Amino acid sequence: MPTAIEIYQLLPKTNCGDCGVPTCLAFAMKLAQGQASLEDCPHVTEEAAAALSDASAPPMATVTIGTGDKAVEVGGETVLFRHDEKFHHPCGLAMTLDSDLPTEELAEKAKQLGELEFERVGNMIGLDLLAVRDAGDGSFAEAAKTVAEAGGLPLALLSEDTEAMKAALEHVGDGKPLIYAATADNLDDMAHLAKQHSCPLAVKADGLEALAELSERAMDAGLEDIVLDGQPKTMGDTVQQQTIIRRAALNQKFKPLSFPTICFTDAETTEMKVLQAINCIAKYAGIVAVDFEDPTLVLPLVTERLNIYTDPQKPPQIDQGVYEVGEPTEESPVLVTTNFSLTYFLVEGDVSATKVPTWIVVVDTEGTSVLTAWANEAFTGEIIAKVVNECGIEDKVSHRNLVLPGGVAVLSGKLEEESGWKVTVGPEESSGIPSFYNEQGFK
Amino acid sequence: MSFEMPVENWRASITQVTIGATEQDGGTRERAITIGGAATLPFLAFEGETPRPIIAMEVLDEQPEGWPEPLVEAFSDVYGDPAAWAQKCVEEYGADMICLRLVSADPDETNASPDELAEHVKAVLEAVGVPLIIWGCGNYDKDNEMWPIVSQAAAGERVILASAEEDNYKTIAACALADKHVVLNESPLDINIQKQVSILLSDVGVKPENIVLYEVTGGLGYGIEYAFSILERTRLAGLGGDKMLSAPMLSVVGSEAWKVKEARLPEEEAPEWGPQVPRSILWEAATALTFLNAGTDILVMWHPEAVKLVRQATEDLFTSGNGF
Repeated sequence: MPTAIEIYQLLPKTNCGDCGVPTCLAFAMKLAQGQASLEDCPHVTEEAAAALSDASAPPMATVTIGTGDKAVEVGGETVLFRHDEKFHHPCGLAMTLDSDLPTEELAEKAKQLGELEFERVGNMIGLDLLAVRDAGDGSFAEAAKTVAEAGGLPLALLSEDTEAMKAALEHVGDGKPLIYAATADNLDDMAHLAKQHSCPLAVKADGLEALAELSERAMDAGLEDIVLDGQPKTMGDTVQQQTIIRRAALNQKFKPLSFPTICFTDAETTEMKVLQAINCIAKYAGIVAVDFEDPTLVLPLVTERLNIYTDPQKPPQIDQGVYEVGEPTEESPVLVTTNFSLTYFLVEGDVSATKVPTWIVVVDTEGTSVLTAWANEAFTGEIIAKVVNECGIEDKVSHRNLVLPGGVAVLSGKLEEESGWKVTVGPEESSGIPSFYNEQGFK
Repeated sequence: MSFEMPVENWRASITQVTIGATEQDGGTRERAITIGGAATLPFLAFEGETPRPIIAMEVLDEQPEGWPEPLVEAFSDVYGDPAAWAQKCVEEYGADMICLRLVSADPDETNASPDELAEHVKAVLEAVGVPLIIWGCGNYDKDNEMWPIVSQAAAGERVILASAEEDNYKTIAACALADKHVVLNESPLDINIQKQVSILLSDVGVKPENIVLYEVTGGLGYGIEYAFSILERTRLAGLGGDKMLSAPMLSVVGSEAWKVKEARLPEEEAPEWGPQVPRSILWEAATALTFLNAGTDILVMWHPEAVKLVRQATEDLFTSGNGF
């Protein structure tokens, strides 16, 4: 593997910035660390590209399951720790359905799961995949078709029976489902099906050495889209296997394990299944397939995933606008704060604790907290006034009283002048909101 | 292609800290608990020593207000009686430690006197034999007024005094030195401040084996990613040989998880989230499990069912099945 300097020698050295990195040397360093792709440089010569293809090959394959808007990309990760850069592809969350359910029930469940969505500060989050598990009674192909049509999500097809898989792929193969799984016994046939339908193939084996051998066989058969399952038996196995696979891919460039993984939940109780899934999301799983009954318990999983896969280089932000806590009326108090998620969550949490329905006007400060935004002049009297006047809050309340964070009390004069609202200076810390509400007599 | 195990060689291991002192060591605890000692990242048994995490259950020294129903059900029979509450946590729920939070110290609320607070501590020490964490109310003036008396009331017991912060550490450090306690180094999600507080504590004579680290945390969905990454970075620094960050880590789970609406709201108010139990309990357990994966050594928890689930998960995390 070439060093950053060796790579740099082969680049145009024009520092044009077209790759998104200011200098060729900085780009070379990113390439050397596997954090950038040579394709990002539009000016690289063919000769250089050939020389660098090894260095620029991503350390872990990105695998796409499904087609169109709902297609899911997994893998393609470049770091072991999110703080080193970020995790690129949120792990795919799948719910498993058994093929022997009556068709109507299966369609109903698939539809419900396909539509399952939870709102999180303006983002809708839900499941990415539906997994159909072969009950071995000849129902698999029909069930796959039913779930594909009713659910509208990409599929994972769970069967080791190549005939059943073949029949299912005849119905749903165009949708690029994940074929799960090739084992040591059926790999040749499964690999053939995967090639024929251009579908990703999962390989599963007991333990990582056997898994690496199997993955290598799939690669030898010409497959590039592979997903790994080392069949961990405990949560301890899971963390260790996932870590070893990630290190083997990134640190050792060990090709047979340079693919995303899939994990399943097999605990006896629903609660432990949720925790198994949380554990997989926290530690590197590419896809997590759960099989509990209650779809509302997907909420902690999508939340965990959102958190772990947040880009640590970008402060988490929420959209500018008016937010409701409880069911506020035209009499309810109006607070203003910035759009840094943590700031908003603190304010929202402390307001909820008062049980007083409240409007919160959120100003886009590019994800900075109140004091930082003030220091950067992103939270000034003029800016706040403009948002207050234009966000629609004036149609929602009959009064014109605005509560300003105490840390920026200095803005109140300008804000009153610009907005035409009367400004009350609130507490410096959001934890002071409950006692502030008491003093003000808000209810 | 043959597969070679990708083993990392860490330079150092995490400092061991003993909480609690038995009679032999000048205290009255039935047993002491040693935390720390990790020689690799969590649960990577293939690579080195990975100590089991400890669960401390939290006890408030007065009746909490506005607690969600599942918590009220678990603890309303022991409200206002910290000794009975602690006993229930140890005897019924198997708590490894008790984290006694002296909320009644708050000068804006009950404003209990240092002597009264010391009585609460003594009552809990008498009621249970496990090691203690004692947490102030967060008001610097009041905490500094109470620590000499409260710390003295537990002298020799090697409790964790919580907490020392960058601009308020001297009194608590002096009390820990005088009464042979451990100090919790608290920082506001900032690894540099965490390190700075360790340096300040060392400068006044607190030894590394008497320091535990605490980064302020958030519950699942509310900034947990910050805490997760800071805990990971801290642990990596410790394993890399940074002596000021090589102490064991503590995470506050219960109060953070139950603060968020996904745990607080009953089903009537959030039907799309399903029944509050197990949702709220899983929220606490999931928050705990996330911190465990980042390297936490002590969890401070609330709900007994969440404790049970985390224990079960921990058991499974320390069990080898097919390995790798």
